[in-house]
Amino acid sequence: MAEKVLMKGNEALAEAAIAAGCRHFFGYPITPQTEVAAYMSKRMPKIGGTYLQAESEVAAINMVYGASSAGMRVMTSSSSPGISLKSEGISYLAGADLPALIINVQRGGPGLGGIQPSQSDYWQATRATGHGDFHILVFAPSTVQEMVDLVSEAFDLGDQYRMPAMILSDGMLGQMMEPVVLPEASDKPLPEKPWATNGTRGGRPHNIINSLYITPAELEQLVFERFKKYDEIKEKHQKAECYLTDDAEIVVVAYGASSRIARSAVNTAREQGIKAGLIRPITLWPFPDKAIKAAVPTAKQILCVEMSMGQMVDDVRLAVNGAKPVSFYGRTGGVIPTPAEVLDQIKKLGGVE
Amino acid sequence: MAVVFKKPHALTDAPFHYCPGCTHGIVHRLVAEVIDELGIEEKTVGVAPVGCSVFAYNYFNCDMVEASHGRAPAVATGLRRSLPDGVIFTYQGDGDLAAIGTAETVHAATRGENITVIFINNAIYGMTGGQMAPTSLPGQVTQTTPYGRDVKIAGNPVRVCEMLATLDGVALAQRVTVDCVKNVNIAKKAIKKAFQYQMEGLGYSIVEVVSTCPTNWGLSPIEALGWLRENMLPYYPLGVYKDIKEGGENK
Repeated sequence: MAEKVLMKGNEALAEAAIAAGCRHFFGYPITPQTEVAAYMSKRMPKIGGTYLQAESEVAAINMVYGASSAGMRVMTSSSSPGISLKSEGISYLAGADLPALIINVQRGGPGLGGIQPSQSDYWQATRATGHGDFHILVFAPSTVQEMVDLVSEAFDLGDQYRMPAMILSDGMLGQMMEPVVLPEASDKPLPEKPWATNGTRGGRPHNIINSLYITPAELEQLVFERFKKYDEIKEKHQKAECYLTDDAEIVVVAYGASSRIARSAVNTAREQGIKAGLIRPITLWPFPDKAIKAAVPTAKQILCVEMSMGQMVDDVRLAVNGAKPVSFYGRTGGVIPTPAEVLDQIKKLGGVE
Repeated sequence: MAVVFKKPHALTDAPFHYCPGCTHGIVHRLVAEVIDELGIEEKTVGVAPVGCSVFAYNYFNCDMVEASHGRAPAVATGLRRSLPDGVIFTYQGDGDLAAIGTAETVHAATRGENITVIFINNAIYGMTGGQMAPTSLPGQVTQTTPYGRDVKIAGNPVRVCEMLATLDGVALAQRVTVDCVKNVNIAKKAIKKAFQYQMEGLGYSIVEVVSTCPTNWGLSPIEALGWLRENMLPYYPLGVYKDIKEGGENK
């Protein structure tokens, strides 16, 4: 059993990426993700890896594109405004079927926004990390330990399906310290990437990494194939934690930092005799609609709690499909809701004043 | 029977899509000849730009990566840092390199990123149909400067080799053209040197090729070469702007 250490979320995430075999990191400073880059700049030179501070987020994601083209396990990290800048590159990664890990330590927006924790990039992460018809894998840890555990999964699934993956963290999870068991460095070989542009050594036909298809029918066919892959992922890789939902009448849905607050509100509600439960999506794309649907029969009310004006609630409503009322409670702009505020909402929905 | 002329191995059999009189074809061939002569095809990875040469990935036999507009130097940096013994080149036009991709270009150069950049400067956006480029000349008529480029409104052209020659990371910055056999030979030597410097680990090398765009200049191929000599070369003088081994000869 590996020993427990006390680590910041951002640093634990970086160490987990190294354990997962990542040796290439390209970044640009932005609060509140900077510890990821700073940690990598300290560690990578000692293990023969590459840390490079790019001239911009745009350049960083394109360096990621280049390293991924060469077949490397590669990542970048940023915070909300920086992710907007990376979105061009993420679209190109998706269009060229390249895996890469992108970390978003979310802060308040829009614009320069603020530097306090937020969850207002859910739409961006799950709907539009760039132009075009595509998805990326999106993981939402709620503890430092889970952040660590999801890193290798994000890399592995990204490689398996040849697509970008994102860990949607936030300023609270990134900055807080928790005890964590770091994974052992993986000794399993990374997957072969026969498509990589690493030189036609031995004279194989040349590989091309590209997202340009001038013939509409050809591009359409490619997008069709990508969406078949997405369907398979939706079937096989949804992940959610269901907490006290078996008999729950008030089902709270929350992810990441806000799920920690929601959990404590659910616990208090139970103590007060209200049958509350929590569904915590761990994958945001694919969205765990199966878990939501499974909770619908006992539910009288569904409450979505987010640190935004209500973004994931769209997916909750799609999953519930009108079967039960869905309401929303959120704070935004870097304001973190309190357990008491969430408890109030649960009580109102439960008809308890 | 002796073979006196053949297609370089580093070029595929795909026919070029370039317009008649466009000099991209000559420069592609020069790059391919250099790759053949240095015997580096199997370890070379090229980065294609957005612009007229966007399909360059179909024309070179080495591995190729298509970059987004202006980002070729960043993509090449990712490749460079991943393939220590690889030979990495970008092939970029003036809009790609000197407008949207200026930041990536300047920073790859100043880092001394060990890559080779082939820069086609034809003073126009060709693929989108002839708009003003960062290198369009003062007074030049384009689709978006229909009364001629007024530098008071549209700003001044950028001289890339002169600018990059000031940066410490640059090993070679040379401007050439391919308007005649003599100059084609000079261009080939420059391109070869730019690859050799990379193989020696000397840093960032750029060869700017002052080029024609008969289609969007509204000239015949021969007239376009004349226009290039009369208008482009005085503004963009040929020569070596920086050569860390041999010293610059120019200006």
